[in-house]
Amino acid sequence: MSELTQPASLALAVRRPRAAPFDWRRAVPLLLAAPLLLYMLVFYALPVVAMLLRSLNDPAWTLANYATLFEDVVFQKTFWITINTSVTVTLGCLVLGYPVAMGLVRARSMAPFILVIILLPFWTSVLVRSYAWMVLLGRHGLVNEALLALGMIDRPIRILNTPLATQIAMIHILLPYMILPIANALRQIDPSLIRAASGLGSTPIMTFRQVILPLSMSGVAAGTLLTFVLALGFYITPAMVGGPRDITLSMLIAQQVDQLNWAYAATLSAVLLATALAILAVARKLPGVGNAFKTSMR
Amino acid sequence: MTGIGTNGVSGTGASVTLSSLEKTYDRANAAKAVDGVSLDIRSGEFLTMLGPSGSGKTTTLMMIAGFETPTAGDIAIDGKSVVAMPPYRRNIGMVFQNYALFPHLTVEENVGFPLKQRGVPKAERAKLVAEALELVHLPGYGARYPRQLSGGQQQRVAVARAVVFKPRLLLMDEPLGALDKQLRENLQLEMRRLHADLGITFIYVTHDQEEALTMSDRIAVMNDGKVAQVGSPEDLYDRPDNRFVAGFIGESNFLPAVVRGVENDMVVAEYEGTLIRALCPGKTASGQTVMLTTRPERLRFADGTWTGSEGQHNRLRVTVTEAVFAGERCRYMLQAGNGTSIVLKEPSSAAIRRRAVGERAEIAWSVADTILV
Repeated sequence: MSELTQPASLALAVRRPRAAPFDWRRAVPLLLAAPLLLYMLVFYALPVVAMLLRSLNDPAWTLANYATLFEDVVFQKTFWITINTSVTVTLGCLVLGYPVAMGLVRARSMAPFILVIILLPFWTSVLVRSYAWMVLLGRHGLVNEALLALGMIDRPIRILNTPLATQIAMIHILLPYMILPIANALRQIDPSLIRAASGLGSTPIMTFRQVILPLSMSGVAAGTLLTFVLALGFYITPAMVGGPRDITLSMLIAQQVDQLNWAYAATLSAVLLATALAILAVARKLPGVGNAFKTSMR
Repeated sequence: MTGIGTNGVSGTGASVTLSSLEKTYDRANAAKAVDGVSLDIRSGEFLTMLGPSGSGKTTTLMMIAGFETPTAGDIAIDGKSVVAMPPYRRNIGMVFQNYALFPHLTVEENVGFPLKQRGVPKAERAKLVAEALELVHLPGYGARYPRQLSGGQQQRVAVARAVVFKPRLLLMDEPLGALDKQLRENLQLEMRRLHADLGITFIYVTHDQEEALTMSDRIAVMNDGKVAQVGSPEDLYDRPDNRFVAGFIGESNFLPAVVRGVENDMVVAEYEGTLIRALCPGKTASGQTVMLTTRPERLRFADGTWTGSEGQHNRLRVTVTEAVFAGERCRYMLQAGNGTSIVLKEPSSAAIRRRAVGERAEIAWSVADTILV
């Protein structure tokens, strides 16, 4: 406080301190980030905004592009397939991923090894992994050959280019996003709680249901959200291994761009983005899930 | 089945027998965490396992609870071996050091947890939970979550949860370790009261000797995975079996001496030309070098107001090297002949002359307070 402040204005001055003179040292972090921010603004944010605007102003300022979606059968079917695929894949990841997360947390000397196995797919491009699945699931692929050799089928079955192929490949690619948040939540459970439950008469299965599962829900919520939102926008994998008629929203967008149908593509993109944001917004409000955002960021 | 308190059915505690119990964690590292512990814990007893960290007391408790498997030896509860039994079948109450309350459950649900596992119907569960909370003076806290309670309240909830299903044996692993001194002393008294009310067997683990002395019927002093001595608090304090117990429980003075004669239950030993008599349960012979021990508060300055009888006391010439006034008592550091340090504690009184540093004096103490260890 400066000595010049008059007693009468003191209360006001305390309540609303005058803005401090600009401190250049505080601007340093911003300056350090400035090149990247500028780059992102010019090459990412502006194009995205421009693209989204096209859904509103192409050919003229109107909501017509959105209104037509309500009668657009192709869009509705595609939207349904996208949601359906995302839900199936997310559930698949949850069912397959939770036990792995538990194993990862319980393993002592094996833990780094298991972690590498989980993360290995991360270090390979989605394209390569999708190609690999094409090879595995093809008519003369490893899966068919194995089933034939085991005598479980008489002739090769069609797996590639079916919704099942999309689901298998997407689950494989998205599993780490489910496993890691769950493992993180499980790791934070105090081991003495599990001992306490056991000492108080709880069998291992009861302990899982009443202690471990509820305490890992923040991780489950984080993993589920992450997986679901990522699955919504999947393009390469469904395009490569999925069925020709099982078109997802992102495939439809790509198709429309190919046909230079910019306004329609922009509208679909906006819908996809809005869906993802809406799910995040709703999930955030759910009790217990809000923490998941903090937990998964830790 | 009525209440949990004095009128309850759980009036009798379990007896626990540990036979040559051993635990080795790592085969490569041969050090034994627990090394041949044998203990008979009587029904309804308050037994404390006391020892420094790493003495094996917690490991022993964990083996009784069933969280650790013994490498060798046996644990029997009421005469039946429980070594092969998983913890959730042993029906033992347990209070953990950090309380281990379930953070996602309310106080009521926490306390009701063991009842739920046992399939107690909801209505009865509510009644028993309310009783248990009353027992630990926390009625009305049922709807809160553990994080909304203070450390002392959490500790009480943990106790309520451990006794609500009327176990006949309660294990406690440093349950007061995380609390401040004042609260700890209050809860020590409450634990004693609870023990008297429930009439069940308590096995209590602590590294705090004062806590052990205050609360226990018997104390098992542990050191290096072994039981150093078992006995009542008075036994351990007045008649320590060995140097470790004498040093660990309370403060002790040690005088190295050479045995000159043994007569009946008494031994005469020589320290720096002074003959000192000590009680000795027949375990030494003439010529042996031994350690004599005595408590600082049992020593007195043997001049002026001292009125002890010569025949029953030892005397020793010393020099005062340090004098500290500590309120209720004065604490003197003394030096005897060859430099052995001796601590003397005297009640502070205006009637007693304070000694100055450098003063030469003679001290005396009862033969009965002199132990050969």
